[in-house]
Amino acid sequence: MNKVFYHALKFREDLCIGCSHCMNVCPTEAVRVWHGKAQLHANRCIDCGECYRVCPVGAITVEQDDFDNIYHYTTRIALLPSVFTGQFPASIQPSEIRQALFELGFTHVVEVEEGVEFLSEQILKYISEHSDRKPLISSFCPAIVRLIQVKFPTLVDHIIRLKAPVDVTALHTINSIKEKGIPSEQTGLFYITPCAAKIAAVREPVGEQQSLITGVINMNYLYNRVWKIISKQKRQGNRPEPCALTTKSLCWSLTHGESDHVKIGKSLAIDEINNVIEFLEKLENDEIKGIDFLELRACDESCAGGILCPGNRFLTASKMREAVLRQESLSPSERVNGMLFTPEQTAFLQQHVHLGAIHPRSIMKLDDNVAEAMVKMKRIYELRRLLPQVDCGICGAPTCSALSEDVVQGQADIRQCIFVQRIMEQNEKLDTAESVRIMREIWSNSKLDKNSLKEGTKF
Amino acid sequence: MFFEYSIEGGNFAQAGSTSSQVKKNLKQLNVDGSVIKRTVVALYEAEVNIVAHAFRGTIIVEIMEDKIHILLNDEGPGIPDIGKAMEIGFSTASPEVREMGFGAGMGLSNMKNNSDELHISSKVGQGTRVEITNYFQAKPVSLQ
Repeated sequence: MNKVFYHALKFREDLCIGCSHCMNVCPTEAVRVWHGKAQLHANRCIDCGECYRVCPVGAITVEQDDFDNIYHYTTRIALLPSVFTGQFPASIQPSEIRQALFELGFTHVVEVEEGVEFLSEQILKYISEHSDRKPLISSFCPAIVRLIQVKFPTLVDHIIRLKAPVDVTALHTINSIKEKGIPSEQTGLFYITPCAAKIAAVREPVGEQQSLITGVINMNYLYNRVWKIISKQKRQGNRPEPCALTTKSLCWSLTHGESDHVKIGKSLAIDEINNVIEFLEKLENDEIKGIDFLELRACDESCAGGILCPGNRFLTASKMREAVLRQESLSPSERVNGMLFTPEQTAFLQQHVHLGAIHPRSIMKLDDNVAEAMVKMKRIYELRRLLPQVDCGICGAPTCSALSEDVVQGQADIRQCIFVQRIMEQNEKLDTAESVRIMREIWSNSKLDKNSLKEGTKF
Repeated sequence: MFFEYSIEGGNFAQAGSTSSQVKKNLKQLNVDGSVIKRTVVALYEAEVNIVAHAFRGTIIVEIMEDKIHILLNDEGPGIPDIGKAMEIGFSTASPEVREMGFGAGMGLSNMKNNSDELHISSKVGQGTRVEITNYFQAKPVSLQ
């Protein structure tokens, strides 16, 4: 019951300046400020990374494995998502990027989207077999799966219980390696991730026991290493190479990547977490009807907008779509037909592509017991009436309603509200010394001392 | 706990706001998801009926430990034949309302399917009163 969930996002207290920017953008209200530092409530966080985008001092980091871990294995496979290639100028060929990865020590480079052709077939099959649960929601984005678990528990049954492309491809790769007689304990699968949610999905997968992926390397880190190698080489200026994926696979991780190909009834694609939340609210009310498939992505421009992608998301998406146009302009004989799996490989994947149960883990509930929850809810409504509804965040909670919930749950004091303080002071229920003490507790001395402020906030 | 909301006839943009609020409360009470869903569907249909047919209305929601009781009162044309209105596909909605995706004639039967108790009474030319009661299933008590 009291399990603490793993998060790839880490808040560094030594760097945090207590500016509360992260608190104000968190879509699940998972951040509070206490003692002048942002505090993460682990069970509310879905690893979407909105906080990471707005932190002005880089105090939020994304945990990754030490790159040198790859050398613990003799077969070192890089699982490379197509958005990685999209980070580089169009003049740089995919083969140059692969070559650089080999130079860095990988023995194999596998495109994450290799499993997409297989997976898209399975999705169509799944949808036709589960027509009673419409709309079905893609399991592609791990931040969305977690969002639904914590905030929309009644929609959990709508999530398609099929693995994401990276897990299908990992499964296929491990299987092929075994077929070649290479012992699996000598094989390391390293996923190059565009975001924090994918790391959480590897460390603590939903709907399966353990991920097949050995380690995770952040895309921005690898981009710098690869760019360093490529920039030293002489540019040849060849005509663009055809890429190794089908056009469908190439764009699968972009917005509309799935919905354009799931042609059963009405499909819809929505990106950016607040857009998704707005839509799911309406869907949960049954206000939206007649949709069969939903592609939901936490990032604007989907994976091209991942927090670990160094490039501009619009340019990345546009470059990837240009690659599709190039591919489509080729004659059918020149085109890649994708990684067609053998009937045995397909049969093997079909056995393993399904996910287990996905459980809700509501952050909304005030108590497991309804009667107890009723009492708390009444108090929350009473408290909320006393608060100004300004949502200023001075209390260290993102909104007045978040503060009232925290107070009722015994995690905050109503006197943290600066308006309540002023009212109490006027009525001589609180003296200035005490209200200053409370403010120091929330924001630390550095924001309430004249001398500390003179030194200025260190950026 | 009582909550009161007022509904404006013809304001389709507002339809669903009461359902959203009630849904949030039920989630906070840790009510079973299927009960939340049923309640919200029934309430949303009833809310849309006021918006689509009546001039104005009020919704009074009472949440108790074991059930939720929703009372909707409207000032509007009323329903001449409630039995007929309960039939699937029967609708008196205007073409404009249907254009917006409402008024398919599923409202009352959908409400009935999603409420444990439903009482509808109506006076033609005056208005309609709808009462919905849904019970929260007993949830297993946590062992802690």
